[in-house]
Amino acid sequence: MNAVDKTGNLSRRGFLHVTALAGGGMLLGARFSLDGAPGAAAATAGAETTLNAFIRLTPDGVATIMAQNPEIGQGVKTMLPMLIAEELDIPWSQVRVEQADFDSTKYRGQMAGGSMATPMHYQSMRRVGAAARAMLVAAAARQWKTKPENCTTEAGVVHFKKKSLSYGELASAAAEIEPPNPRTVPLKDPADFQIIGQEIPGVDNPKIVTGEPLFGIDVAVPGMKYAVFEKCRVHGGKVKTANLDAVKASPGVTDAFVVDATAQAGSAAPSMFQVAPPNGIAIVGDSWWLVNEARSKLEVTWDEGPTASQSTAAFDRQAEELSKQAPEQDLRNDGDAAGALASAAKTLEAAYQYPFLAHAPLEPQNTTAHFHDGGLEMWAPIQTPQFARGDLAKTLGIPEDQITIHLTRMGGGFGRRLYWDYMLEAALIARQAGVPVKLVWTREDDTRFDFFRPGGYHYLKGGLDDSGNLVAWRDHFVSFGEGPRFAPSAEMAANEFPQAFVPNFALQASKMPLGIPTGALRAPTSNAISFVVQSFIDELAAEAGKDPLQFRLDLLDAAPDGMRPAFDAKRMKAVLELVRDKSGWGTADLPEGTGQGVAFHFSHRGYFAEVVQATVSKEGELGVDQIWVAGDVGRQLVNPSNAVNQVQGAALDGLAQALDQEITFEGGRTKESNFHNFKLLRIDQAPPVEVHWVMSDNQPTGLGEPALPPVPPALCNAIFAVTGKRIRSLPISRHDLSWA
Amino acid sequence: MAIAFTLNGKSTTVEAPPEMPLLWVLRDELDLKGTKFGCGRSFCGACTVHVNGEPERSCRMPVSRAEGKEITTIEGLSEDGAHPVQVAWQEIDVPQCGYCQAGQIMSASALLASNPQPTDGDIDEAMSGNICRCATYGRIRAAIHHAAKLAQAPPTSHETATGAGGSEA
Ligand code: FES
Ligand code: FES
Repeated sequence: MNAVDKTGNLSRRGFLHVTALAGGGMLLGARFSLDGAPGAAAATAGAETTLNAFIRLTPDGVATIMAQNPEIGQGVKTMLPMLIAEELDIPWSQVRVEQADFDSTKYRGQMAGGSMATPMHYQSMRRVGAAARAMLVAAAARQWKTKPENCTTEAGVVHFKKKSLSYGELASAAAEIEPPNPRTVPLKDPADFQIIGQEIPGVDNPKIVTGEPLFGIDVAVPGMKYAVFEKCRVHGGKVKTANLDAVKASPGVTDAFVVDATAQAGSAAPSMFQVAPPNGIAIVGDSWWLVNEARSKLEVTWDEGPTASQSTAAFDRQAEELSKQAPEQDLRNDGDAAGALASAAKTLEAAYQYPFLAHAPLEPQNTTAHFHDGGLEMWAPIQTPQFARGDLAKTLGIPEDQITIHLTRMGGGFGRRLYWDYMLEAALIARQAGVPVKLVWTREDDTRFDFFRPGGYHYLKGGLDDSGNLVAWRDHFVSFGEGPRFAPSAEMAANEFPQAFVPNFALQASKMPLGIPTGALRAPTSNAISFVVQSFIDELAAEAGKDPLQFRLDLLDAAPDGMRPAFDAKRMKAVLELVRDKSGWGTADLPEGTGQGVAFHFSHRGYFAEVVQATVSKEGELGVDQIWVAGDVGRQLVNPSNAVNQVQGAALDGLAQALDQEITFEGGRTKESNFHNFKLLRIDQAPPVEVHWVMSDNQPTGLGEPALPPVPPALCNAIFAVTGKRIRSLPISRHDLSWA
Repeated sequence: MAIAFTLNGKSTTVEAPPEMPLLWVLRDELDLKGTKFGCGRSFCGACTVHVNGEPERSCRMPVSRAEGKEITTIEGLSEDGAHPVQVAWQEIDVPQCGYCQAGQIMSASALLASNPQPTDGDIDEAMSGNICRCATYGRIRAAIHHAAKLAQAPPTSHETATGAGGSEA
């Protein structure tokens, strides 16, 4: 970073430190407690109580801001620097953004996940910028022999009376100023924002549109070889024997060997994210394509292990049986659900089911690993570098501080890159091969070896009173796990809606053992639960003879005394009312065969209500005409351009899941392999997504996830409105939608 | 085997197995990393390049078929990122993760070359082989329409916020 710490000028407060740069200018580093994010630390692993930022200000007036968090397409590389630049009071055109490496001595919370970046950093990053501005002002005031309070700033210039000095002119002098306490440094009135709230294009766009290397898969280091890694198709299986010599004789192959870390001591992941130690066959050589071609020569006998008996068909049968038995555990019991169901005026019963899903980020998993000078240097698309490094250190038996991780831009994350299995593989292969290695997975590897969104089964009963009010709700949730533990992302919060809005509420669970890895997919648990809850609510509304949107508004008003819902019902009602008005709900003159469905969901602190309009031909052909989204993520959108992009993407992601996505298993193997049988949405299936906001007076929160969950149920409810058919299992492509 | 073709306007010769897909020749032999690998089976369009001006999936095109052809990759679409499609993509702020976008831009520029004023229907048809996992489809449509305008009336006014700064130098 060309920084020479001339002064050792560490603030006595220990929060900020400034260093003079060789060649002029200042480098400001910050470390202080998290603030302005209630509950942030508890919400997601990796949320820590301190964080850090770096600003480099050079005499040319350019502020270079290190973007500390991994970029997966959520826009954080642009958003976090915007927060700093705003309070620094510098024009965005004078800002450069550089991706920081993973460095736990400099940064905290370097993680992408849980829509956490905005709530974690909204205040703190602003304080860093404000502190830097205060130092520039102090440096100017010192030169002009006046008080800092008498000076003002505007667009990268400090003013006092008729005098002015640019930040560039002040940068070196500011390096001599003791940094202020960032907790008390004043922040701008939001009415004065120049950058926050502006549509700022992504900082990497110029490189993206010209094809410059940015992604993990683009990394190249001198002397590097390419690798592929063949694993047992049965999840958890291991190599017994392989014809390595034949493979080594293939063109372009320089090495082939078995990698087995399953016996490594202490290789359990140190966090909520569990990654099994690798086992498989590495093929290494001079060309990725040639080493991948050599895979077809492999003849391997595998020890398939216990998961070979698991299949989707068996899960379906087992769930059905469990549904008839007493639930294994009670997750929540309010009032007397069984009694209320027995005495309800009307009852409804339904079984819902959703499949496993893959993440399918468009950039396949990859990592470049290079052992040199006694350490390991890696380039990796990874959402959780800190957990990854801890696990790498344990698995490899080397100290954490010998591992350097360069964060690359990621070709999508969606939760897949919370897990670092490919990093472990690359490191083990590079060590064994004795050369720098770039491991690249095929799409088939990526589809088969995911940490899947787990499927699940819900056996529901609902009861209505004489006036059609919901009085009882019972959900027997059949999921995956063993003993008291649910498999990752196979759990369900005990306070999911409609808990606290129904006097008699029972949530019960039973579990099936699972040998297949599962994990967080964008809006984890919510992406599945919302489909179940918001579809069954729709069934109850129909049974009550009420408008489904009004039924929801009434329900949100119905929280019994003494209940504390998981979210603020008023905020949810506001987005429902907004989406009702914007979509023309109940008033639009729709042609025959066209209908609207509605759903809402609260997740990741965001309130979202959505209407989907769909057309179904009598023959059963489905087209989605439009999606309306109303969201409330607090009082400020940091970057409205990216905010809308995220919401539209999340809504269409939900649409893709509902329409035609499922991962199935047979003999412990994933059956789907590429985009022909795990289908991503295409442009001709993508309807317009209209986005509207309720700007409520609450802390700004994140947008990567919460717009997704309402789409699948809203679409299924629209299909019901047209066809009278209830979709109780996903994907929709399984169902005959014809009607007459 | 030596294979000769024109790559981004320059004559190029590579030594490669004839059946090696052009994608891997571009990425790993010629160090042009802009063309992306997504599926390897013509399903996603991330690897789209122009072959004699037509969009082609380079992951399924043996390099031997490039012999004597004119190949254009994202790196060669313009000198300095000034192709109307590249400009429009930035002005509309299309990318999320950005991984698909080189392929999208190559398909979009080929579309506009043959159909300067495409309708939404034309766009859907021409672009349906290009998957965007982040689903930036609304903006892709908008950017293609915008590029069509830019191509007609060379750069004078820009309606969208451009925020010139912010990129890594
Ligand atoms: S990589 Fe060629 S079409 Fe997907
Ligand atoms: S922007 Fe991520 S795949 Fe298109």
